[in-house]
Amino acid sequence: MIALAERFIPPKPDEVLPSKEAVLKVIRMEARALSVFYGNSEAIKRVNLEIEANKVTALIGPSGCGKSTFLRALNRMNDLISTCRLQGQILLDGKDIYAQEMDVVELRRRIGMIFQKSNPFPKSVFENVAYGLRVNGLRERGKIAEIVEWSLKRAAIWDEVKDHLDRNALSFSGGQQQRLCIARALAIEPEVILMDEPASALDPVATLRIEELMQELKQDYTIIIVTHNMQQAARVSDFTGMMMMRPDRAGELIEFDDTHRIFTRPKDRRTEDYVTGRFG
Amino acid sequence: MAKARFSFPTALTGAMTLTIVFIVFAILGNIFWFGHAHLSWEFLTTPPKEGMTAGGIFPAIFGTVLLVFLMTIAVVPIGVVTAIYLSEYARETSPLTRLVRLAVSNLAGVPSIVFGLFGLGFFIQFLGAGMDRALHLDLTFGQPCLLWAAMTLAVLNMPVVIVTTEEALKQVPEDYRHASLALGASKWQTIWRVILPQALPGVLTGAILAISRGAGEVAPIMFTGAAYFLPQLPHALSDQFMDLGYHVYVMATQSPDVEATKPILYSTVFVLLSVTFLLNLSAIALRSALRRRFQRG
Repeated sequence: MIALAERFIPPKPDEVLPSKEAVLKVIRMEARALSVFYGNSEAIKRVNLEIEANKVTALIGPSGCGKSTFLRALNRMNDLISTCRLQGQILLDGKDIYAQEMDVVELRRRIGMIFQKSNPFPKSVFENVAYGLRVNGLRERGKIAEIVEWSLKRAAIWDEVKDHLDRNALSFSGGQQQRLCIARALAIEPEVILMDEPASALDPVATLRIEELMQELKQDYTIIIVTHNMQQAARVSDFTGMMMMRPDRAGELIEFDDTHRIFTRPKDRRTEDYVTGRFG
Repeated sequence: MAKARFSFPTALTGAMTLTIVFIVFAILGNIFWFGHAHLSWEFLTTPPKEGMTAGGIFPAIFGTVLLVFLMTIAVVPIGVVTAIYLSEYARETSPLTRLVRLAVSNLAGVPSIVFGLFGLGFFIQFLGAGMDRALHLDLTFGQPCLLWAAMTLAVLNMPVVIVTTEEALKQVPEDYRHASLALGASKWQTIWRVILPQALPGVLTGAILAISRGAGEVAPIMFTGAAYFLPQLPHALSDQFMDLGYHVYVMATQSPDVEATKPILYSTVFVLLSVTFLLNLSAIALRSALRRRFQRG
């Protein structure tokens, strides 16, 4: 766990690019000409994207445009698909995550992921959150209990589960399960949190709680969210990328900008059609 | 008018089903009816006497339980590890995987007497005799004994354990694998901490099937370790042993006095069924205890 603290290295001068607004901007992740193939078919084509640290970046677009494929390339979950192949580069803090020397297990510790369908293990609440710590070799019970409590508090679910830590996680509601999954991801202190339509299976109240949580969490983490829900992207994100399927069925990033600008003055006609609901 | 209650398909399928029920009850009823009379504490706790026309069957009960126990501790780990390889590591299209799958499914179709001959040839004459030579022992492992009978049964039951375990592993939702991997767990940690615990009840189902079959098989052990008659119990892996199934076979075919043996024969079959049932029951109890534990977390 010492390694977790050591990883939090302040950005080196060459990574800090002064912007026009003279605000320090740290690029946490970057995709360079990223193409992903499943077998022979191209799922996404030459995506260039910079993910700013401590911001929420949303990816929107119609189904099949490659949003989730892009997201799953960021923590190499696509590696699980044997036919999946990749061109271009993805950088995390300036280092290529597909490079030979990159340990994929270590990478996934640094980039947490929240899935569309909440997927707590059929274990107790406590064991769910402790899982990431245990597989990382932490054995001290006191330390584990401390981090579990901290994570559950950080994920705004502590008050609901504190008296039921030994209850099976699957006995809680969908919204609670999803926040539990967030707590589980936070326990190992990732730098980046990927969210793949985290609220699409939740009711509006539970969705709102997840959205509020994201605003809280961006102070300390970099968040990338894929969503079908444009209002959600508008509410939670600082930047928005619009993806769309090309005629050859490969997804591409057609526009990327401040969320405000995407939803008010988009440059691309297709983005405008999509965000105003005139699409399809 | 109400719909006619009688229809031909209903009657046909119903009648066939009842036939099965009738056959099961005819067998069990027959055995219980003729088998329970001779049962006694003495019968269960003493060795056979007077050329199996009197006395009990304790050595056979003991031998069967021990045999099944040894078989289970051999077949479950090997079968589970193979299933993990097939389900989690093997590439479905590789020639090796196909070969393993072909071997497993063919193994399941081999008649059990062939396993007996295999056990005699491979375990006893090759492995056992080789061990004796290498360890400079007198005839110890190069003869039929408990160890080789248990190993032969383990090989016989390997396919069922592999197939049920693999099914159980495949039924663990992908979501759990993804959740675990995304938390920085290695593949092995994911298998060991998430997938295998989830699949454990399924693994035990495989063990139960293996026990059921193993306890009743005679052909694989008649060349590899089961003894015709032994008044004393086995006390080493290299000892021969008595077995309930084999004892039934011996009494039914070799008895000097058929009428005197008959009640003993019936009771032995009754005990064989009960022992199988009890072995199964304990495995099922273990399985439901595990299920409860995992549901609680």
